Amino acid sequence: MSAVPTDETLRELVIGEVSYATRYTKKFETRSLYVSPDPRLVRCVIPGVILEVSVRKGMRVKEGDPLLVLEAMKMQNQVVSPHEGTIHALCVSAGDAVTKGQVFLEFE
Amino acid sequence: MSMPNKHIDFFRRKERLVNGGASRASEKQMALGKLTARDRITALLDVDSFYEFDLFVEHRCRDFDMDKKVLPGDGVITGTGSIMGYPVCIYAQDFTVAGGSLGLMHARKITKIMDHAIKMGMPIIGINDSGGARIQEGVDSLAGYGEIFYRNTLASGIVPQISVILGPCAGGAVYSPALTDFVFVVDNISKMFITGPEVIKTVLGEEISMEDLGGARVHSEISGNAHFYARNELECFHQIKQLFTFIPWNNKKKAERYPVKPPKAKFDIERIVPMDSRKPYDVRHVICALCDNSEFLDVHANWAANIVVGFARIDGETVGIVANQPMVLAGVLDVDSSDKAARFIRFCDAFGIPLITFVDLPGYLPGVDQEHAGVIRHGAKLLYAFSEATVPKITVILRKAYGGGYIAMCSRHLGADFVVAWPTAEIAVMGPEGAANIIFRNEIAAAPDPAEMRRRKVSEYTEKFANPYVAAASGHIDAVISPAATRDFLIHAIQISANKSESRPYKKHGVPPS
Repeated sequence: MSAVPTDETLRELVIGEVSYATRYTKKFETRSLYVSPDPRLVRCVIPGVILEVSVRKGMRVKEGDPLLVLEAMKMQNQVVSPHEGTIHALCVSAGDAVTKGQVFLEFE
Repeated sequence: MSMPNKHIDFFRRKERLVNGGASRASEKQMALGKLTARDRITALLDVDSFYEFDLFVEHRCRDFDMDKKVLPGDGVITGTGSIMGYPVCIYAQDFTVAGGSLGLMHARKITKIMDHAIKMGMPIIGINDSGGARIQEGVDSLAGYGEIFYRNTLASGIVPQISVILGPCAGGAVYSPALTDFVFVVDNISKMFITGPEVIKTVLGEEISMEDLGGARVHSEISGNAHFYARNELECFHQIKQLFTFIPWNNKKKAERYPVKPPKAKFDIERIVPMDSRKPYDVRHVICALCDNSEFLDVHANWAANIVVGFARIDGETVGIVANQPMVLAGVLDVDSSDKAARFIRFCDAFGIPLITFVDLPGYLPGVDQEHAGVIRHGAKLLYAFSEATVPKITVILRKAYGGGYIAMCSRHLGADFVVAWPTAEIAVMGPEGAANIIFRNEIAAAPDPAEMRRRKVSEYTEKFANPYVAAASGHIDAVISPAATRDFLIHAIQISANKSESRPYKKHGVPPS
């Protein structure tokens, strides 16, 4: 009986500039590749419902200015501006159910 | 009442209680492929070995008309018995009685049998099949969970604790299994989660089935919450019995010695590991070629399969095996495999089981996901667990042992008692390709044919450093041995380690990375 797998399940994995023939785990195969965050976008970090939007398109905001209120896990969370800028587009409105990672708004 | 009448009264009282809940509920249970709580105990324990505790316990809830309800045994069966002669304390939640819901007296029955297990120094098995907290009992029910968790923690490292998930186990209830040593799950029957699909849907809007959220496969392949996966309950009970042959009753006793049987001939130690260190093989074959009767109990077989951990016997004595698995992800260390091995090592150390480590890994898995998931602190658990362990530690380096991976895999530097290497071992600061690129960077860049120069330098480095002799020259390994001599060496090492004693400075407890 052979301990060496020869089937097509073998894939390539490069570690320290050497390519190894091996199998992938499900977790490794389905891992998401890293994307660097876009500073122009404000994203949702926890799923919930938008209660109130405090800004309009074209409005200029300072760092820390309230952008909107998100109700999540029985808490009303004030989402504030991470930096100074002008609102280029609003992607959500009051009453919307939002998921994690969804874009709230876009800066110019 | 005359004596015979008292006996009749006793039998009647008992009769009313032993069958648990409504027969309709039992039928429903069986239709799902589930045994009843009492049948589970009978199937798992030795014939006629079960002695029940607290059959006559009654719940104390007086609110919401609960005082009019009779809940036989308060939804849980507890007692003592034996598995293949090993004494055990056991409890089994009875889903046919109020959905196996946990009220105060239900919890008190469990904590009583747990206290008993700790005092008597015997393993405790908990069969979980419960709808969760008994809401009618309010905060008393929560108190019950807390009292169970407290005892799980006190019992940890004193007696082996086994959780068998044979039904729902949701919300706070999941933390008792999580605190125990081994969790068994069964396909389509086990369901474990903190918040169920309904809550997730209402709160978060995400839709997922119960099976995909917290079924047996999820916990044995993705989350790592379960150590053993079975297709049905009987297979699960067989696995528990197998585990019992390897572990001791408590931390003061040694695991039972078994008659020595040689490995099976079909595992030929000389032919398993390919010379080319880039080629994969199944390291479980190496384990089977070396251990008694080629019998290996794979723990966490389907989770973080790039490391293999489990129990075997050498010279009739239980040993804990930790081995890199080149067949999966080239055997790298990563977040999950470090967690898996560290937990297993700490179990073995707590229960006096010697550790044998087989090394063949290229290093740590590179990637943003790994770094962001905390491979630093997770990897540190492995270093901590190996260093902390004072049981006999035997390390066999089969092939690659590069860099941090070499150190982490129970190297001499982490306190291994025996470190040997096969002639195929490559113990080096990193793989030849990487090392040559760094050391000879300038020569390679300046050469008229850099690719050719690189090839030459890699081969030079391989020739000089990709072997066990550089490490042997420094005494980092004790000996180079042939694959064929390895079983005899392991038997010798286990025999002469029988009286190993290693004392460390007093401390209340360490602060392991987590």
